[in-house]
Amino acid sequence: MSWLRFFRRKRSDAELQGEMEAFLTEETADNEARGMSPDEARRQARVKLGNTQKVRESLWTQNSPPLLTNVARDMKYAFRTLWRTPGFSIIAIVVMALCIGAATSLFTIVRSVLLRPLPFKDPDRLVMVYEQHRGGQASASDADYRVVAPADFYDWRSKTRGFEDMAIMRYAGYNLTGERNELPEAVRAAAGSWNLFQLLGVTPALGRAFAESDDQRGATVVMLTWSVFQRRFAGDAGIVGRQIHLDGRPFTVVGVLPSWFNYPDAGIQLWIPYRADVKAEFLQHHDYHQSQVVARLRPDVSLASALAQVGAVQYQLHLQFPHEPVNEDVVSRSLNDDLAGNVKKPLNIMLCAVGCMLLIGCLNISNLLVARGAARQKEVAIRNALGAQRATLIREQMTESMLICAVGGLGGILLSIIATKFIAHRWKDLPTAQSIHLDGTVIAFACALMCVAALVAGLLPALSTTDKTMLRALQTSVRTGSSSVSRTALRKSLLTVEIGITVVLLVAAGLLLKSFMRLRSADVGCVTDNVLTLHYSLPEDKYDTPEKVNAFNDALLQRVRSMPGVRSAALGNTVPGAGYWGDFIFTVKEHPPLKTGEDLPDALSRWADPGYFSALGIPLINGRFFTSDERGARAYKVIVNQQLAQRYFHNEDPIGKHLLVPAHAHAGAPNDWDYEIVGVVGDTLYQVGKEAKAAMYFPMLGGDMSGGMLAVHTASEPLQFSVPVQKQIAALDPQLPVANIRTMNQIIDQSLINASLSATLVFAFALLSLLLASVGLYGVLSYLAAQRTSELGIRMALGAQRDQLLQLMLIDGLRPALFGLGLGLGLSLAAARIFQSMLFGTKPLDPAVLTGVVATLLVVAVLACLAPAWRASRLDPMQALRTE
Amino acid sequence: MGKDKPSDSEMLKGTLDMMILRTLVGGDAHGHTIAKVIERTSEDVLEVEQGSLYPALHRLEDRRWVSSYWGASENNRKAKFYKLTAEGRKQLARETSRWRQMTRAIGLVMGEERGA
Repeated sequence: MSWLRFFRRKRSDAELQGEMEAFLTEETADNEARGMSPDEARRQARVKLGNTQKVRESLWTQNSPPLLTNVARDMKYAFRTLWRTPGFSIIAIVVMALCIGAATSLFTIVRSVLLRPLPFKDPDRLVMVYEQHRGGQASASDADYRVVAPADFYDWRSKTRGFEDMAIMRYAGYNLTGERNELPEAVRAAAGSWNLFQLLGVTPALGRAFAESDDQRGATVVMLTWSVFQRRFAGDAGIVGRQIHLDGRPFTVVGVLPSWFNYPDAGIQLWIPYRADVKAEFLQHHDYHQSQVVARLRPDVSLASALAQVGAVQYQLHLQFPHEPVNEDVVSRSLNDDLAGNVKKPLNIMLCAVGCMLLIGCLNISNLLVARGAARQKEVAIRNALGAQRATLIREQMTESMLICAVGGLGGILLSIIATKFIAHRWKDLPTAQSIHLDGTVIAFACALMCVAALVAGLLPALSTTDKTMLRALQTSVRTGSSSVSRTALRKSLLTVEIGITVVLLVAAGLLLKSFMRLRSADVGCVTDNVLTLHYSLPEDKYDTPEKVNAFNDALLQRVRSMPGVRSAALGNTVPGAGYWGDFIFTVKEHPPLKTGEDLPDALSRWADPGYFSALGIPLINGRFFTSDERGARAYKVIVNQQLAQRYFHNEDPIGKHLLVPAHAHAGAPNDWDYEIVGVVGDTLYQVGKEAKAAMYFPMLGGDMSGGMLAVHTASEPLQFSVPVQKQIAALDPQLPVANIRTMNQIIDQSLINASLSATLVFAFALLSLLLASVGLYGVLSYLAAQRTSELGIRMALGAQRDQLLQLMLIDGLRPALFGLGLGLGLSLAAARIFQSMLFGTKPLDPAVLTGVVATLLVVAVLACLAPAWRASRLDPMQALRTE
Repeated sequence: MGKDKPSDSEMLKGTLDMMILRTLVGGDAHGHTIAKVIERTSEDVLEVEQGSLYPALHRLEDRRWVSSYWGASENNRKAKFYKLTAEGRKQLARETSRWRQMTRAIGLVMGEERGA
């Protein structure tokens, strides 16, 4: 490599000196052999060798390719310039580090969540197929993706040929109990049809995947994911073929999934065959909507036509079962979009915000560099007059911004390592949070960003300081005040753009923040402070009768309620704010039958013990709560919420009416679906940010719910009670694991994590941008004031008052701020429409937010302008006239 | 003294590299020997300027036509020896044939002039 010699110049020079020394000795020896005296011999040798310095120099030049020499000189020069003004350099570098760090972090996340292809075979041809209720969606963009009933799926798969294959999966949960006294553990599991892994193109790391013969009712085979295989079974390959106990029943491990496999999310620990653990009617009913369908497209069939075939089958089913909630249509989205789900929009918005911040950072540095360029105008002009080419001068100045961006970028990469970890850790909604890390591509991205930033920040000032007028700097006499009108205009317009973008960010942050506050303060409809919740699931083989289940639940409630510090305890299948969980269709027995085509009434299904409502502070509107003797055959009572009462019993009293719930009907027990309404309770939100829905509560003591969520309302910090409550459970059944120990506020916070993170991050970006913009404003005005010193002196000498000067300078500084504000408000109007759908209870033109932004910006602008304007107005006129 | 040498001892541009390579065909040599050999072989017509010899040697080394090592000279002194590489041999062949063409062409031109 010939250019490498550049870096070996020193060594090469040392070698040369050695060689020349050797030459001298050789030549002297030769001369002595010719009969010269030693002195004469040495002298003649030196004469022959000539000027050693010249030889060294010519070798040095030869070893210095002009390009590298120039770059090295530019670097040295830029480094010295930056070193001379450490304040400026540090600010610039910190700004760049923050901007590039934030941008890199977000890119890392966006890339692993939205851009990286899924690790499956031909992931582009994988789609998720959902059902869709006709008329339920306003436009194509907000299609509602309804989960699929297994019976529908089996018809799709057997009756259509559009997809290469279709597979179905649902979530499940098991108590994994130890063989040798290991602690019991509640694990999240998934059930997948036998062809799922084959369809995805996944081969197990150990053992085999499910075979068609495994996917039968009563099958007892299980596949482990890598994480549980390592964690609980110590990575022992001998586990394949052995048995593990799920809910107390033995299952044979047939395979272990590879370590990279974390579909549908990394929380899934086990897979069982889809049909293995369900009742027969589950597979035959068309209304058990709870599964997800993955399909692989045929290479020769378009998605639209494949979907049309499935849609036709689905519509047939809808017509065939008019009294069941069978959806009319189907809808699909790519597997990638499906996994990214609801984080796509917040991520994109954050990416935009960070892009704006980066642009502001660049503009700011550009602005500062223009100011410095003005200070160095004379130097540039002299060098130009001495023959420096414009390209050389531009290159030199670019090197400076390059250096700032390189150092800043390096800091940014370090910063983003921390930031990325923090965000990935906090944002539990990210589907691939485990695989988020910095790698070569991300670093390449950061480097590209650095170069772009350096170009944006450096080119404008470099061009402006070296334009045709640069020689004029030499001509300007001492007193010609503002020497470059165009440069000032350039700085002002840079500033206007900067402030404009800042306003957009501020508006976005304000709206997101307000929306988040609204969400956070939304009334869930019940007590949320000091409530501890936890899940447990009673294994069906040990608790095989309703009496046994009830005995456990009664004993648990009694024990917990008598604990000191516990105000009350509630037992249900879930608590408000914790999600959708499930709904049932129903009909009112006393009402005339529905006309065909009319929407079937449906309501959220909940289970509650008699003390549930009072413990959670859900008000009783009418009727009564359950009683503790409403169990077994006497448990056919239901409590509805206000919304259900108003919607389906307009002017009648719902108490004493009956709801028929087909989902509860069993063959041979025709009365199992007839529930008498005994009470009406207040509405609660199933999820913060969603409208309240009609709901019906069934008695928990009916004994048909094997698992439940215990909510404990405590007098003090609820998390302190988590261990004592678990001890009470362990005292009743030491084999029973509990899961999801959280306070209700934690549950709600977690459900709001998207809104909370996007609001906080965009707010942070906006604040930083505001800071940058105010620094920019301050800088511009200080510079203007310095330039106009002598002009101001003359004005004062001619009798201008200090107030007038202050006003003059303030207006000069505030003008770009006002222009920027106008520009920014205009841009915000357009931008707000984009993320309108992310706002809750907040209009895109929220007056409070807009006023707040305008006021904040004006205050900050005035403050930033005040200091330099004040200084200018306090000039001593004589001093001012003498400057320069 | 060396400064005022008559111009006929100055070397034609670009021929030094070729002559160095040619000298090294006879075996590895250090700078002093190379200079001496060129001078002797040219019957002292050509005088090798040290100012161009050493940069030329470094240049040839950088182009991988020669390699170098430190060894002991005939008088048992430390000296940097240069050795012709395979690549250098090829280069020498190219340069030699180019040189032959050139001298022949120049000879033709000069011969015609004298004849006219």
